[in-house]
Amino acid sequence: MIAALTQLLVLQLVGEVIARGLNLPIPGPVIGMLLLFLALALRRGPTSDLQSTSQGLLQHLSLLFVPAGTGIVLHLHRVADEWLPLLLSLLFSTVLTLALTALVMRLCARRVVTGE
Amino acid sequence: MTPQINELWVYLSTSPLLGLTLTLLAYQGAWWIHRRAGFSPLANPVLLAVAALVALLAVTDTPYQTYFDGAQFVHFLLGPATVALAVPLYLQFQRVRAMLVPVIVGLLVGSVVAAASAVLVARLFGASLATQLSLAPKSVTTPIAMGIAERIGGIPSLTAVLVISTGILGAVLGRYLFDALRISDPAIRGFATGITAHGIGTARAFQESEQAGAFAALAMGMNGLVTALLLPALLPLLQ
Repeated sequence: MIAALTQLLVLQLVGEVIARGLNLPIPGPVIGMLLLFLALALRRGPTSDLQSTSQGLLQHLSLLFVPAGTGIVLHLHRVADEWLPLLLSLLFSTVLTLALTALVMRLCARRVVTGE
Repeated sequence: MTPQINELWVYLSTSPLLGLTLTLLAYQGAWWIHRRAGFSPLANPVLLAVAALVALLAVTDTPYQTYFDGAQFVHFLLGPATVALAVPLYLQFQRVRAMLVPVIVGLLVGSVVAAASAVLVARLFGASLATQLSLAPKSVTTPIAMGIAERIGGIPSLTAVLVISTGILGAVLGRYLFDALRISDPAIRGFATGITAHGIGTARAFQESEQAGAFAALAMGMNGLVTALLLPALLPLLQ
């Protein structure tokens, strides 16, 4: 587990250095994810250590959003003032994005299958 | 309060131990409710845990910064967890390759619709400009979204809250919406959830299946890249 965690942190660090060094608009961890993906492709798969550590981290991914979500206490005034546009915007946009993304993907997937 | 209890509270309220422990306790409680509710998307664990913590901070009159001094250790793990998403992605890559065209089309459509619809609806109902700009990257994973908000003139910490609200909404609504639209392919369900609802949607998608989770992780990563690149160009068109 320690070896796998070290590996994840090293890749995050390298990603951070690349992102900042090259002034990319992409955050370090996402570059780290791409690097790990490349490493896995070269080595043809994760070690069982890395696989179980990743699974452990990702199983409770939701937990990691709790501290930032609690930050809503900093914005109670704005939320109280603008609750209607905020609520409608989030609700409408979330439903529309979920539905449209899924529908265009199904349309394209059918075309691929039927070879049109 | 007796002097000892007072001292104890002074110690606890300034030590990171309390914020960290409370975050884990709130999440454990939320997870317990989520399980008792048969893993229903409606009993979203992030929503329940955040609600409990917000109430607790209000009752004890604790500033967010004090809480975050402890909770930051959990927050920090978002970085290595994002890197770790490469593992399920690799394990599902055969399927991703077969779905390449739908994935790219879904990514472009989802990315633009997520940002444009949020800004336009907010403006239609009279949101301030700072709020509109803070909403624009709401479907992107928290660290990227905060960076984007800063660059386009939004409020990064407000964006973080809107991102998480979007994640919760997407995770709650996704299953019902896809069932209503008769979308059954776990790859498509996962990808659309990841585009819309980033990491919280991805966590939900992993509960549906490994494949849905891997596609959600892919969508989250790609949407982060695409939105960071496209949004500065898209915004002037929306004004």
